[in-house]
Amino acid sequence: MNLDFEQSITEIEQQIADLQKKAEADGSNVKSDLSSLQKKLEAQIKKVYSELTPWQTVQVARHPERPIMRDYIKGMFSEFIDLHGDRCFGDDQALVGGFATIGSHRCVLIGMDKGRTVEEKIKANFGMSNPDGYRKALRLMKLAEKYQIPVVSLVDTPAAYPGREAEERGQAEAIARNLTEMAGLKVPIVVTVTGEGGSGGALGIAVGDSVLMLSHSIYSVIPPEGCAAILWRDAEKAPEAAEALKVTAPSLLQMGIIDEIIQEPVGGAHRDPAATFTATRSAIVKRLSKLKKLSEHKLLAQRREKYARIGKYDRRRHSTH
Amino acid sequence: MGWFRRSRKKQTQPVEQVDLWTICPSCKAHIYKEEWAKALMVCAKCGFHDKLTCHERVACTVDEKSFRELDRDIKPRDHLKFSDAKSRYADKAKETTEELGINEAILTGRATLNGIPIVLGVMDFRFIGGSLSSGVGDKIYLASDYALRHKRPLILFSASGGARMQEGIVSLMQMAKTCAGISRLNKAGIPYISVLTNPTFGGVSASYAMVGDLNIAEPGALIGFAGRRVIEQTIKQTLPPDFQTAEYLLAHGFVDRIVPRSEMKDLLAKVLCYGRRGKPPCKP
Repeated sequence: MNLDFEQSITEIEQQIADLQKKAEADGSNVKSDLSSLQKKLEAQIKKVYSELTPWQTVQVARHPERPIMRDYIKGMFSEFIDLHGDRCFGDDQALVGGFATIGSHRCVLIGMDKGRTVEEKIKANFGMSNPDGYRKALRLMKLAEKYQIPVVSLVDTPAAYPGREAEERGQAEAIARNLTEMAGLKVPIVVTVTGEGGSGGALGIAVGDSVLMLSHSIYSVIPPEGCAAILWRDAEKAPEAAEALKVTAPSLLQMGIIDEIIQEPVGGAHRDPAATFTATRSAIVKRLSKLKKLSEHKLLAQRREKYARIGKYDRRRHSTH
Repeated sequence: MGWFRRSRKKQTQPVEQVDLWTICPSCKAHIYKEEWAKALMVCAKCGFHDKLTCHERVACTVDEKSFRELDRDIKPRDHLKFSDAKSRYADKAKETTEELGINEAILTGRATLNGIPIVLGVMDFRFIGGSLSSGVGDKIYLASDYALRHKRPLILFSASGGARMQEGIVSLMQMAKTCAGISRLNKAGIPYISVLTNPTFGGVSASYAMVGDLNIAEPGALIGFAGRRVIEQTIKQTLPPDFQTAEYLLAHGFVDRIVPRSEMKDLLAKVLCYGRRGKPPCKP
């Protein structure tokens, strides 16, 4: 499925399909035409994806064929033992977690799963966690701390679920508790934003020593549509809001919010999931190996400093104006 | 002609009198302004707790003349060069600062409360909806740092619509930063009490405001994660009238107590006496 701004790509794909159909029908030799069209297609994809606007990046991050949690589990981990329940209320299907092995590292893996089919999406609540999901994640992180293995967190959620039961069971408290506990968790935490980093719902499992982002993923304080509805009084202005909010990986790296961008294959993760998994696995493994060498004291001091620095008021720079 | 003049004079008189009265925003009762102020903006008829400015809150919470402000110089910073359809964030922040005479949506400082040394933070909803900016996050983190170094309990009064959108992701990260500050107090055994006032939502309720050793709320305060309208649009149902009130949160187990404004200071002093970890008891 191509997105609206991929019209030029769709056209070349159509030409290729037509040519193949013609060759099948009349047996004509189209080999050289086909290969030049293929080259043209690759160049066009490269061109379109090197010039993505922030709003187009939002669309790619939400692409229906973009790899989701279940794909990353299969594609990057040699073992996954899923574990269930928050020991308080239930087992949130939006939040998946368990023991997992990545490279040579045994870890606890947590992340949001959006589901692929309609039934799966409904069951996973479209990747929007209730408080039970955050509490399940915290329980598993505490288990990682007890077993002294690191936490790997994969973030892909539009938001924490805004529902009646979510409020009754303390959505705010569940997220707040995770932020507080993750700040002091005594094992390394490596976070990767793979798709949508939707506000507090994402941050609830995204406080870490290393925060990585796939090159076409987004991370925002509010969905661009929501911001546009409030500040522009028109949800249609989402492209403007996406631009103003600076939600893309390069902007976030520049602001010092994230530590590294994982390059996606040309044309986005959905065009080559296998290459995406290889790049993401290698980036996570590298970070885990580095963090494992730090003493507990150093690890926690560094993590605290990392967050204390974000938006810190610099008296020398700011007091003059 | 004199008759006309007299009549005009009479007409202007009631206008002057209205100034002495205020109308309760909740029950619309007319209340004598002096009484209203004496009752700390609490309606004598219906018990409605109106919003306080940060200065009013400080005045009714800590000992007279004991408050010393910390980090007063911290101001909003326009990290994203943000502007929307109407205005630039930098201009809006500057205007708000000049209009209100405060630099950010929170006032922090050290003070004594019935003689007990504390660190206090008080949010001000008038300042861009009490939104959590990098300045607010920094002031809270520094207040927690001060509390840690001087072994003083920290008390934060929240009043906020959530994160400050105009500071984008930097604002979101203040949730993690302030909680990192609270986490250190937890490890050091320094008391942290959160007082939730009307309204406390979004990025503030989902960070420092909900993780107090005690969460205390003012009567009737609206407290939640998502706004009522957003939830109604999502679930396509109307919500109960008491949804997200302090009383509703008490019933669901997320606040410890609901404390009327007039009793807040004494209650805070009493509970602080339990968190002294072997130090001699205090006399509130």
